[in-house]
Amino acid sequence: MGEIRMPSLGADMESGRLAEWLVAPGDRIARGDVIAVVETQKGAIEIEAFEGGTVGRLEVAEGQTVPVGAPILSLEEPAAAAAAAAPPPSGAPAPTPEPAPAPAPERVSQPTAAPPAPEGVPQPAVPSPAPAAVEAAPPSRAAERVRASPAARRLAQRFGMDLAALTGSGPEDAVVSADVRRAREAERQAPTPERRAPEAGRARGLDLAEMRKAIAAAMARSKREIPHFYVATQVDLKAAADWLAETNAARPPDERMLMGALFLKATAKALLEHSVFNGTFEDGSARPGDGVHIGTAVAIRGGGLIAPAIHDCDRLSLDALMARMRDLVARVRGGGLRSSELTDPTVTVSSLGDRGVETLFGIIYPPQVALIGFGRVTETVLAVEGAPVVRPAVSISLAADHRVADGHRGGLFLRTLASLLQEPQSL
Amino acid sequence: MSGMRETTYRECLREAIREALQRDPRVFLMGEDVGHYGGCYAVSKGLLAEFGEERIRDTPLSEAGFTGAGIGAAIAGMRPIVEIMTVNFSFLALDQIVNNAATLLHMSGGAFNVPLVIRMATGAGRQLAAQHSHSMEGWYAHIPGLKVLTPATLEDARGMLWTALEDPDPVLIFEHVLLYNRSGTLSPEAGPVEIVKAAVRREGSDVTLLAYGGSLFKALDAAEELAMAAISAEVVDLRVLRPLDTATIAASVAKTRRAVVVDEGWRSGGISAEISTRLMEEVFWELDAPIERVCGVEVPVPYPAHLEQASLPQVPEIVAAAKRTLGR
Amino acid sequence: MSERPKAEETTLEAGEDFTASRPHLSRAHLLDLLHQMLRIRRFEDRCAELYTYEKIRGFLHLYDGEEAVAAGAMRALGPDDWVVATYREHGHALARGVPMPEIMAEMFGKAEGSSRGRGGSMHIFDRAHNFLGGNAIVGGGLPLAVGIGLAKRMRGEPGLAACFFGEGAAAEGTFHESLNLAALWKLPVLFVCENNQYAMGTALRYSESETAIAKKAESYRVPAAAVDGMDVVAVEAAARSAAHAIRAGGGPQFLEAATYRFRAHSMFDAQLYRDKAEVEQWRAKDPIARLRGWLEESGALHAQDLEEIDSRIEAEVAEAVAFAEAGTWEPVEDLTRFVHSAAARRR
Repeated sequence: MGEIRMPSLGADMESGRLAEWLVAPGDRIARGDVIAVVETQKGAIEIEAFEGGTVGRLEVAEGQTVPVGAPILSLEEPAAAAAAAAPPPSGAPAPTPEPAPAPAPERVSQPTAAPPAPEGVPQPAVPSPAPAAVEAAPPSRAAERVRASPAARRLAQRFGMDLAALTGSGPEDAVVSADVRRAREAERQAPTPERRAPEAGRARGLDLAEMRKAIAAAMARSKREIPHFYVATQVDLKAAADWLAETNAARPPDERMLMGALFLKATAKALLEHSVFNGTFEDGSARPGDGVHIGTAVAIRGGGLIAPAIHDCDRLSLDALMARMRDLVARVRGGGLRSSELTDPTVTVSSLGDRGVETLFGIIYPPQVALIGFGRVTETVLAVEGAPVVRPAVSISLAADHRVADGHRGGLFLRTLASLLQEPQSL
Repeated sequence: MSGMRETTYRECLREAIREALQRDPRVFLMGEDVGHYGGCYAVSKGLLAEFGEERIRDTPLSEAGFTGAGIGAAIAGMRPIVEIMTVNFSFLALDQIVNNAATLLHMSGGAFNVPLVIRMATGAGRQLAAQHSHSMEGWYAHIPGLKVLTPATLEDARGMLWTALEDPDPVLIFEHVLLYNRSGTLSPEAGPVEIVKAAVRREGSDVTLLAYGGSLFKALDAAEELAMAAISAEVVDLRVLRPLDTATIAASVAKTRRAVVVDEGWRSGGISAEISTRLMEEVFWELDAPIERVCGVEVPVPYPAHLEQASLPQVPEIVAAAKRTLGR
Repeated sequence: MSERPKAEETTLEAGEDFTASRPHLSRAHLLDLLHQMLRIRRFEDRCAELYTYEKIRGFLHLYDGEEAVAAGAMRALGPDDWVVATYREHGHALARGVPMPEIMAEMFGKAEGSSRGRGGSMHIFDRAHNFLGGNAIVGGGLPLAVGIGLAKRMRGEPGLAACFFGEGAAAEGTFHESLNLAALWKLPVLFVCENNQYAMGTALRYSESETAIAKKAESYRVPAAAVDGMDVVAVEAAARSAAHAIRAGGGPQFLEAATYRFRAHSMFDAQLYRDKAEVEQWRAKDPIARLRGWLEESGALHAQDLEEIDSRIEAEVAEAVAFAEAGTWEPVEDLTRFVHSAAARRR
């Protein structure tokens, strides 16, 4: 019969350590029952069965780490399960699975059972129940549903938060809406270095090797799973440059607006119109973002790369956005990143202009579905009203997931983005 | 505000009756001991001398008879105020109220409406034992065709009657016995009030206390106590039990996310159950805690004071229930 | 409301002086009484038939045998008077002048019915004729009649409230409360007890310690008379006399009419409580046969008169059935329309 495998609980999860079994051989389990606790980089996570049946064999011992996709539990016929009701394997290496005993109807068919099959007629494969075995088995531990109020559930769903991770302050310690709001606020306000250890820690003391490993895993997975497509276009930046010069004329150097802010804001507004590029794709379905949270790729000295989010970019004024960018870069380099900034970008923008790059072909950060790349702003000969003129221009590229969009929509997105940049005063 | 005057719930009711008698010659008051005795709760004291025996009409102890006569008189062009001394005696007139007053408009296809007002005292708290302490207003709120009012404040005691008399259909007004002596100040301009909406009597943000009639003031006291514990309770006075102002109730609970329903009536099948269910229907996804109820204990109300008090909703219970909704 | 056939001539339009203390026994008047009783009888015969066709449902209580009470008593009532009746009220409604088509449509449950089909057989109401039901709780109507009498007195309006009820109501508290209130306040109420001997299936002797109902009324100082309810003229005479006294300001009056229902209590009644001989005994007193025989004996009724009455009634009943058949159903969207006046009055 079936088997249950180590689930993938995130794009950058490669393996999991089985911390605790919550079922034993012989237990009846139903779809949705929690069967085990798995330790991941994000902490202990309860995993559930997506198939019901009787637990046959536990293929993995507690404490053992196995890669995503490895079988961890086999589901058996009840009769076979009874036969296989052996103590779970302890310690590493998983034992070689023994061949399951062949169905032996005559063993479970007690006197009252069906008459023997006529000669030459194959026995039906319908297993007879083995009541004794089932009754003798300890009852499976029922899935503990997180106690949360209806309001908290709805709010957590809206914010994409995990209720199980929250501490409840309500009746019987239920999570209530205020708990969700508080946690959301805390995520935004306070550093939580313990979450997403490899990336979420302060840059100082970051384990760059770990980080590279995580990036490698994510990027490999992205290239493996996401059918990327790329489109790019060149955009005239004269209006934007003029407006910036005018705006910055009266400002001291440290308050000046940079072209990057215009890029981000224009991207955010374009994403509002082309929301297909703002969101995630997981488990075969696309989910729109709960806001435009742009992950802004920032390089870390020493080889790291991190893309924390600036939340709700579409709703920030240019000045606010500029301030957030400065703040973010400072914190990436100096420490103090917030975990939510790392966990919930809905799209990524990468700008390699200051590295001299002309056009960028990005790899999407899963489970996101798009990455927008900005190259270097250069003086370029453009044809304007039939005559060649020299103008500041930039190459903007889009890398996107073909499972949610196509080149046509990508082109429309870039066109919107380009036209937004022609009216910087309206950004 | 200048001109505010000191008055009581009883005087407010009397003024309302007097005003109605003065304004509309079709209005008359009928009931047991409303005239020569002055009203069991002294509400109509003095009105007999002022308006005479025809309009302040003493009746025999015939609840079905005079309530039915009120219905007939209403149909035939009068605007009777029938006083049934207490809700406990209204059961003797239940057939007239439920089978006639509430049904005639419908059964006659709209031909005969019943513009009748029935007032009665309700509630416990005076050591009158089981047969004189019922709170059955929630029961009447079960009946389509009736309107059920529960004035708690002086303004409502003063203002609900006239609006009820203007209603083309039967309206029941329940006056909690412990409110008659309640005093306070009232504007001399106080007059008719609407009889369709619940009222927020105290604003708050953490939990909504839903109460009416005699329990309103217990809820307000509880809110005061909760405030000392840094819990901000909103108190909604239901005012009208039928039709329930679901919108106001739901809006408050959607805001505070928690509700405690206070009802002197029994819990099983009571108005508190109806309110709780409506909240489930309207604002389930806004709730942060199970709805709490503080109701009369399911026992015929006993005579001795300590048992009687134990059988009724009290401030500490309301406070405790409110705290439970907050996980405290 | 849709158009309906013109109402058959009734007492109200007959032009007689309803206030007269005695009946004027002209030939026309007697023929009219006969016509009224026959009209009720034929209408109900048709109802019984239509019930078996499932055109009429619910309870159907027939007045068969008791026609003289309604037909006679209504002669004493005028347009300002009110009538409060019971669930066995087809006869009262017809005799009062409620149009037969509307009554039939009501029994069909049609929107064109006197109560828009919402009441059915037991709840015929008609404001135009001050006909306040159609009350299906035994004894429930008496206090309403007291209230109407009270309103009339307080408003100084002419007229009285006539309240019909069975002898079963005498066991209810409201009977006693109402007689007491009416007498106490000297209200213009005519109580008419239709003593048909059985409260559903319980004979009077099994339910009352004092079987003379009129005596109970007297104990409340309500002047009471017992009358042969199978004699339409006797009923009319007694009702006129009582109504006359009421109109003179004398307070309530009480009539006990001894009568009998020939058919079952309602359509689904095996009549285990009485024997056929008793029914036959009363059938011999059939008020219709009795009046007809008397008229024939005195040479006042010709075969031609009877034919004419018959054909008039036949046409009227046929028209009523057609009207009911052609009626429409109340839209379900209007289900709750008559719970409150605001919605009832809309549109």
